[in-house]
Amino acid sequence: MITPDARPRLAPKVRLRFDAKSERFMLLYPERGMELNPTAADIVQLCTGELTVAEIVAQLAGKYAPQPRATIEREVLAFLASLADRGLLRSEP
Amino acid sequence: MSAGGAAEYRPYTLVAELTYRCPLRCVYCSNPLDYARRRDQVDTAGWLRVLREAEALGVVQVNLTGGEPLVRDDLEALVAEGERLELYTNLITSGIPVTRDRLARLRDLGLDSVQLSIQDVSAGPSDRIAGRRSFDRKLQVARWIKDLGLPLTLNTVLHRENLARVPEVIALAETLGADRLELANTQYLGWALLNRRALLPTREQLAQARAVAAEARRRLKGRMEVLFVTPDYYVEFPNACMDGWGRRFLLVSPDGLVLPCHVAHTLPGLAWDSVLDRPLGEIWRDSPAFNAFRGEAWMPEPCRSCDRRATDFGGCRCQAYHLTGDAAATDPACSLAPSHALIETARREALEGAPVAFEYRARRAGVRA
Repeated sequence: MITPDARPRLAPKVRLRFDAKSERFMLLYPERGMELNPTAADIVQLCTGELTVAEIVAQLAGKYAPQPRATIEREVLAFLASLADRGLLRSEP
Repeated sequence: MSAGGAAEYRPYTLVAELTYRCPLRCVYCSNPLDYARRRDQVDTAGWLRVLREAEALGVVQVNLTGGEPLVRDDLEALVAEGERLELYTNLITSGIPVTRDRLARLRDLGLDSVQLSIQDVSAGPSDRIAGRRSFDRKLQVARWIKDLGLPLTLNTVLHRENLARVPEVIALAETLGADRLELANTQYLGWALLNRRALLPTREQLAQARAVAAEARRRLKGRMEVLFVTPDYYVEFPNACMDGWGRRFLLVSPDGLVLPCHVAHTLPGLAWDSVLDRPLGEIWRDSPAFNAFRGEAWMPEPCRSCDRRATDFGGCRCQAYHLTGDAAATDPACSLAPSHALIETARREALEGAPVAFEYRARRAGVRA
């Protein structure tokens, strides 16, 4: 369960790479890859294990203004949960 | 190109078969029957060029495999180049022969993950399949991989003799701390086709194992990925072999051939190009063999008018050839295939016939493919 005070980071098996062909970021992990849309890439790049989800949301709120912060938080939590379900994310409580 | 744009055909994964040499003799080995006649023909500089050309084509993942890739002493150079090119490098290994120091060195050079094969859950049956004492060593290697902080995938090939032990395979994977478990049912080509009568399971065995795997997948969600690959002999429709011929995967064999899969060089009438003669990109785009089964123009009925033709791409060309003699036939695994009776007969023969002995992977006299 990812909460606003969790500090998410990519699991050790996951690497983030920019793909010149699609001009998108990609997550790579054993036998699989996931192309990220620009918003997802913004989120993942902030998952360093240092920032809390709340801090990530705060940073994105600046970039994605005037979108309401609550909407951004909901979307960030949903996306991070989907990564965690696939074993692609770790979070320190 | 027969159909679709160039964008439809982008290799994401390079399967680098570095050698066919291997200390194990597994009865379902995916290497060709004539592997012993095919020598390692790509030197270190050649493989480094393959990695660079593959990356330029769009490849983002490299599977370093074989045979046993660890028997090559230039693995370090290839891993380092993969790291420089930001490729995700998987080492696919039997775990033999390797030392903890070498694994540590490969990790430091940028190896991203290791897939280790485990044939069964104890030494007796595991070594029986591998044709050599290896199980205890494999457990040691699994522990080293985890100790070194490398992501661990365990791969167990499933068949009649070990399907009942899938719960124990899952438990072993949990004990070893695997990040991913591949429960891969045997694909009946090459050595496995030769040993089909001894390996093919029953429908009930499969259904039970699949249910156990599904339960484990739910229970271990987020901790260990559990993959269960259904065998072609018990499906209604064929698997999308390699995600479609020459669409997403690019394979280079130890003798330098550029192929869409590890079996394609056993198909007759296709002239395969070598990385020793032509640039990889040119072969991928232009070689008649690569284009032979792209798109839909080659498809016979019932594939050509089937709703699923863009889902399963007509199934496996190699299975079609090795079972029917025609590489352009509908995959016999498909319940709609005119040749589907071949699959039904194989199931009956395997399940009702007298027990047969394994033929272990070995040099065979007079074998062509």
